Amino acid sequence: MNVANATAAASAPIIRVQGLVSRFGAQVVHDGLDLTVMPHEIFGIVGGSGTGKTVLLRTILGLRVPQAGTVELNGKNVGALTAAERSALVRTYGVTFQNGALISSLSVAQNIQLPLREYYPASEEILDELAQLNLALVGLAAEDGAKFPSQLSGGMVKRAALARALALEPTLLFLDEPTAGLDPISAAAFDELLLYLHSELRLTVVMITHDLDTLFRTCSRVGVIVDGRMITDSLDGMLKNQNPWIREYFHGPRARAADKGAQADKGTNG
Amino acid sequence: MTAPLALDGAGEDWRLHLSGDWSLAGMPQIDVRLKALPAALHGTLVCDWSGAKTPGIGPAWALLLRLAAMGARSTGGPAPGAQTTASALTVRHTGNPPHFLGLLTKLSASHHEFHVASAPAPSFEGSLGKLGRWSVLQGSYARGVLDFFGRIVAVLGAVFTRPRALRVSSLARHVYETGVTAIPIVSLIAFLISVIVAYLGAQQLSRFGADIFVVDLVTISVLREMGVLLTAIIVAGRSGSAFAAEIGVMQLNEETDALRAMGMNPIELLVVPRVLALIIALPCLTVIADAMGLAGGGLLSLLKLHIPLPQFTSRLRESLAPTTFWAGLIKAPVFALLIAMVGTYRGMQVRDSARELGRLTTVAVVQSIFLVIFADALFAVLFVQLDF
Repeated sequence: MNVANATAAASAPIIRVQGLVSRFGAQVVHDGLDLTVMPHEIFGIVGGSGTGKTVLLRTILGLRVPQAGTVELNGKNVGALTAAERSALVRTYGVTFQNGALISSLSVAQNIQLPLREYYPASEEILDELAQLNLALVGLAAEDGAKFPSQLSGGMVKRAALARALALEPTLLFLDEPTAGLDPISAAAFDELLLYLHSELRLTVVMITHDLDTLFRTCSRVGVIVDGRMITDSLDGMLKNQNPWIREYFHGPRARAADKGAQADKGTNG
Repeated sequence: MTAPLALDGAGEDWRLHLSGDWSLAGMPQIDVRLKALPAALHGTLVCDWSGAKTPGIGPAWALLLRLAAMGARSTGGPAPGAQTTASALTVRHTGNPPHFLGLLTKLSASHHEFHVASAPAPSFEGSLGKLGRWSVLQGSYARGVLDFFGRIVAVLGAVFTRPRALRVSSLARHVYETGVTAIPIVSLIAFLISVIVAYLGAQQLSRFGADIFVVDLVTISVLREMGVLLTAIIVAGRSGSAFAAEIGVMQLNEETDALRAMGMNPIELLVVPRVLALIIALPCLTVIADAMGLAGGGLLSLLKLHIPLPQFTSRLRESLAPTTFWAGLIKAPVFALLIAMVGTYRGMQVRDSARELGRLTTVAVVQSIFLVIFADALFAVLFVQLDF
């Protein structure tokens, strides 16, 4: 976690996906997809509906077994792990799901404590302190910890889910549509929170997003799933890409507006 | 194993050596040692991180909170040097402190004690107060049930002016699911129970040479009680729970709200078809159960008591009063109404969480079975009084 380790690890990719093939019956979703994510990146995955973004995420997490290809996290093949190795690997990453996936019968603080209790049994006092820490990290008040998921607004659900994902102090964070369904102000606040945590905690972030503002504001590199394969490039590179779908995506009316907004933001910030 | 922290120094000059495992896994030991630190310190404290392996965010947070409690008002950033002097204890971090220390320091500054599992305020309520509260609660429950029943009746009334309010396709689906698919299990159980009754009855009656009265025993018990009661209990377990769960999940997904927002009445779309379907299906199932029960009794009489079938049927005709069959069947629609109403009502009550769904589904089944048996007892008294 210290600086020396971070730079030493910088040369090795944190995620490496090679030749991934995913099929549902006759429908081929991924056809030889390759993906490499380096440490300390914010990597955005985009693609049309039904191109298999969530399937890719589920495959990387080991929730789905692909028809062909390998997935490596921190150099370990996800498909060939023993139960103990898997349990150790799971602790190195955090995941937020599209709808938050908070356990509805537990309060927010209990949701945060859930993985901690499972892996690091400790006294109630410590668990309370850690719950408060994670609430503070995502900008929720300590009092929000006592609330139940059904009492939270959409933005708070996303933050609470992020707090739970951060509970085990992961180095890698997967976010599935983190700003979907949020109003622009909450979404922008979430972007800033993400950038803040990314720089302060030195996280690697992989996110699926359709929010172009989020993409332009936060992502250092973007991967687009087209025809079952992934095209990765920097944002500037994507803007110059001639693939018809990518052109349509990054040069549509909404993209232009988002790009302008991001340029203006960067201008004022630096 | 080395202790994760050691304090040395005296007077105004303190040094805290951190060593060993400072990741989340080391948290319990770290916590014990942190608690052993003195309650308050004055002067300067140098926190030496050089021995700490893989420092984690959680342990660092616990350390900062403890230092703050000891009197450090500002614990400074990871860069050595930058300090405030206004506090009782000045803390300096050296020896390659973790990069997130600055962030945690900022967060701990705005931190205040808050306990997640705060105990409820003590109550001085006497037993009379509890009784009152309970009564008010029961009163509001009763009003809720009455309100629900009223809405169902209102929809049924509306059917006369607006036949479309009766959802025929939905009704047919529920008749199929609650009735037709229940035929095998209802038949099997009615058959087996009447075999059991006949078998045990035969053992007792044959001692008096009254074997033939097994026929009376089976026919009267099956037609008046067993057939309808067992069918109702099976249906309460099968369909009452299904009603509660289906409607409960729709509540959780805001599907019922969506229906209301589109100007449709969930009672009309979801509740009434289920209630009517069960009122149709349960009497039909009861007739089937009656038939299977008689068949079971007849078969056992033939095999165990050697009463031939013609003798069984003629004895059956003699033992039956004209009302016996109807005394059983007339209860079926009432039981159906109770089961369907409890199931759908509990389903509509589901709010917020998956646990509520499970709880209310359980409540639906338990209450509907209880109500069925209770209603059966009332019927028994009523029929005796009416000599029915």
